[in-house]
Amino acid sequence: MKTTYDIVVIGGGPAGLAAACAAYDQGIQDVLILERDKELGGILNQCIHNGFGLHTFQEELTGPEYAKRYEVEAEKRKISCLLETMVLDISPEKEITALNRKDGLFTIQAKAVILAMGCRERPRGALNIPGYRPAGIYSAGTAQRLVNIEGYLPGREVVILGSGDIGLIMARRMTLEGAKVKVVAELMPYSGGLKRNIVQCLDDFGIPLKLSHTVVDIKGKERVESVTLAQVDENRKPIPGTEEEYACDTLLLSVGLIPENELSDKLGVQLHPVTGGPVVNESLETSIPGIFACGNVLHVHDLVDFVSQEATMAGTCAAAYVNAGRTEETEEIPVKCGSGVRYTVPAKIRPACMDETLPVRFRVGQVYQRASIMVRSGDTVLLRKKRPIMAPGEMETVYIKKDSLSPDNIGNDITISIEEE
Amino acid sequence: MEEKKLTCICCPMGCQLQVTIRDGQVEKVEGNTCKRGAEYGKKEVTNPTRIVTTTVRVHGGSLPVVPVKTASDIPKSAVMDCIRQLKEVVVEAPVYIGDVVLTEVAGTKIAVIITKNIEKLCEKQNL
Repeated sequence: MKTTYDIVVIGGGPAGLAAACAAYDQGIQDVLILERDKELGGILNQCIHNGFGLHTFQEELTGPEYAKRYEVEAEKRKISCLLETMVLDISPEKEITALNRKDGLFTIQAKAVILAMGCRERPRGALNIPGYRPAGIYSAGTAQRLVNIEGYLPGREVVILGSGDIGLIMARRMTLEGAKVKVVAELMPYSGGLKRNIVQCLDDFGIPLKLSHTVVDIKGKERVESVTLAQVDENRKPIPGTEEEYACDTLLLSVGLIPENELSDKLGVQLHPVTGGPVVNESLETSIPGIFACGNVLHVHDLVDFVSQEATMAGTCAAAYVNAGRTEETEEIPVKCGSGVRYTVPAKIRPACMDETLPVRFRVGQVYQRASIMVRSGDTVLLRKKRPIMAPGEMETVYIKKDSLSPDNIGNDITISIEEE
Repeated sequence: MEEKKLTCICCPMGCQLQVTIRDGQVEKVEGNTCKRGAEYGKKEVTNPTRIVTTTVRVHGGSLPVVPVKTASDIPKSAVMDCIRQLKEVVVEAPVYIGDVVLTEVAGTKIAVIITKNIEKLCEKQNL
């Protein structure tokens, strides 16, 4: 088997596919995708609902259809893929150790690596929910896979904790499959899911959403028999006396996604304490030159369209790195989080290396109405953008222009903050 | 006169719409920040529609179920009928994106189509 490639992409989901295609289009045709599942497309394969691709294709596709479009693009370019292949290690010298049933354990040498491993659901163990450990407790994504790919219904009477998009989507999906979804509980005073999902997945079916509520007990020894919810105070602590018990056989957890960075961590790339993903510069390059990251492994996205855009950029920049053979050493400005901003991607910018406009994506820490996004450097306001509403569940983007970063304009850093009127 | 409050779903902004209905007609939509919001508000109170996505059983395929969708949006009131009708459907592998499962679903003129390719399960895969 071939053991050297210009670019190796770790993960064949939407990020990996778009990154590989973009690298190819920039003239780096020697690209390999390593994917652990039996098929390309990643989690899109189990997201059978519509609403994907409005930005990319100006039409509403389902997850599998969106994935197929990019698979076809990869096929057209004859990009090599190894399926059912698990990557075990990536070295800073870009030697990748992987294994599969056909080739056994093997190593591949790459000139550049694109990390596109996606994310994982936060499990029950991370929540400290008291109670027994019976059957019938699933992460929402596991239930989604069971229903949509494997054809099983994991329960008939369901309580959902967490109003992230997967939880909302599964509330509708379980209802359509004949289950009774009794309630969706959300710890925060607002939902982390898209408005459209609250309307079409809960309101349409009369499923109540209880904000500022959490699970305080799970009963049942062999199988879940009931789940007890309680209201929480402003410190997210349960308020005694507000407990309500719901008889059910299933509890679905949709309580957050965590970028899957075991490989990146072992490789030694610097990870961001807020996103859990690598710290990257304007080229989506990690702290190790020639190692790039995009998609949910970098930071968790709401819309796959933005994953594809980001991955296209990572692929383009990885190709430029391979063509140049090195990373340009030039002035680097940190992008700092001002008030209201939890993180930014990228977290640093080399003005000399950026395109004419650079998308900077970030999330806010609370719901803001009629507030402005301010981008400042020193005393200079580089950008001011009014937003009628911003919420933690919806990623924000500002586009920074290269010509606004002229040397007399910028100080030691760029700060993005939210200012209320 | 009747007023209905809705959350606009046309984009991630989620504008809070207030739709005023007089004599069964939409008089005005307020709270929207773009044209799409006004159209959504009007449609959602007079003729709400949804695209339905679900799965149907596959016989002889590499997976036991295949995802499907309505080719366009159907009346919201027909959603559960659509689901019930699709529960009875079994398709024979292979099936490909765009293949028609039902030509007219739940009393509408709208088709239900396959959204994922499922290949035939070959003997080799059984081993």
